[in-house]
Amino acid sequence: MSQRRVVVTGLGATTPLGGDVDSTWKAVLAGQSGVRLLTDDWRELLPVHFAARVATEPADQMERVEMRRLDRSEQFALIASREAWEDAGSPDELDKERLGVVIASGIGGVITLMDQFNILNEKGARSVSPHTVPMLMPNGPAANVGLELQAKAGVHTPVSACASGAEAIGYAFEMIKNNRADIVVSGGVEAACHQLPMAAFAAMKALSTRNDDPARASRPYDRDRDGFVLGEGGGILVLEEYEHAKARGAKIYCEISGQGLTSDGYHIAAPDPEGSGVQRAIKFALKNAGMTAKDIVHLNAHATSTPAGDVAEANALRKALGADADHVAVSATKSMTGHLLGGAGAIESVFLVKALADRLAPPTINIENLDPAVTVDVVRDKPRTLPSGDIAALNDSFGFGGHNVVLVFNSI
Amino acid sequence: MALAQADVLAGLKEIVEEVAGIPAASIELDKNFTEDLEVDSLSMVEVVVACEERFGVKIPDEKVTDLVTVGDAVNFIVSASN
Repeated sequence: MSQRRVVVTGLGATTPLGGDVDSTWKAVLAGQSGVRLLTDDWRELLPVHFAARVATEPADQMERVEMRRLDRSEQFALIASREAWEDAGSPDELDKERLGVVIASGIGGVITLMDQFNILNEKGARSVSPHTVPMLMPNGPAANVGLELQAKAGVHTPVSACASGAEAIGYAFEMIKNNRADIVVSGGVEAACHQLPMAAFAAMKALSTRNDDPARASRPYDRDRDGFVLGEGGGILVLEEYEHAKARGAKIYCEISGQGLTSDGYHIAAPDPEGSGVQRAIKFALKNAGMTAKDIVHLNAHATSTPAGDVAEANALRKALGADADHVAVSATKSMTGHLLGGAGAIESVFLVKALADRLAPPTINIENLDPAVTVDVVRDKPRTLPSGDIAALNDSFGFGGHNVVLVFNSI
Repeated sequence: MALAQADVLAGLKEIVEEVAGIPAASIELDKNFTEDLEVDSLSMVEVVVACEERFGVKIPDEKVTDLVTVGDAVNFIVSASN
């Protein structure tokens, strides 16, 4: 059998910057921040008073009866998947045994879990919703999308904290490469803007506490960054086997040509300062794609705005790409979206696909003083035009636990 | 004092509309929960618990399988409230 190639034929999203891909991408190119002060009373319990909630509430995009049996993360998955499926031309005539779904979440239905725990304590066991388990299970977003599309080639949910969304796309890529499926709906979602996860991340000193200026709190690569900003939402990509996409006349955005996966074996939460796991992941991904660092013109970085993480990543990029890092435009879009945890690698892959299509690397906002320890070429303030001709780009994502995922996309 | 059948039906219509999204106008005594109103087994649990709260009655789990139609549920609740 000839080598199967994988292309992107559909995109969907709901994010702190917009309720779909177009509005989100427009806001990204304009350098807008999706971070806002929380309006919940419970914010006073926490050292952090802000987050990046979705710009469009699910209630504006789906029916109430459908919503009440879905966790917020599942609502995001369905909203973004419906957009992506329609964008792909709604290929409903496809043999469903050749259709897969791989959608990740870092935490799962934590809001449902906490709400139902409160109901148990206040009203007793009989009042706990019978929908609780399907709502809180981390595979719930994937399962609900799989049900809606009647996917029968396999429905999966990789869980690797903040690398989950990227790992899901890599898993989907492998499903098509290995001839298990012709189309896979893939991505990641997260809905964890709730006092418990926020208190827990704050306890790790992982969150920014810039309460007096939320829109400027997420500042990857800035000298005065003080932690990440929690975001919510998700991104979905429809991946499809190239010949299959061509045969049905689908719009093809770009190709996904490789992935690299490694683990640090270093610390449960801290990045390896040597970044050797990240370097290996980049090298594996390039090799898997049949490319070299010379081919790469853009990278959507993990860069969460934590003091340790951003520099460790930048160092690893410099070491892995060498002198070729000089022609890689590095964008840190979490400066605008906040950190979508299990949705991060997915929404950032959506941005990468749009960047290749529009030939524009998105800006990184809020850098007032570039950290001198950062030795990569960061796109600041305004989008940067990418070269014409055949180009390729990387998305890297890392998760607590030492998970490293690198994806390679290229124009076609 | 027993609840009036009409009051129970009106209340049950509201509950089924809330839980399953079926318009109250299409909910009648002879409608089958599963076949006519698409109330699946999980949603039926929600309907039962909501009825218990609203009408102040107990609906034991072993009785729930006997409540096939809306009329069955209304009759059970009326007699349980007596």
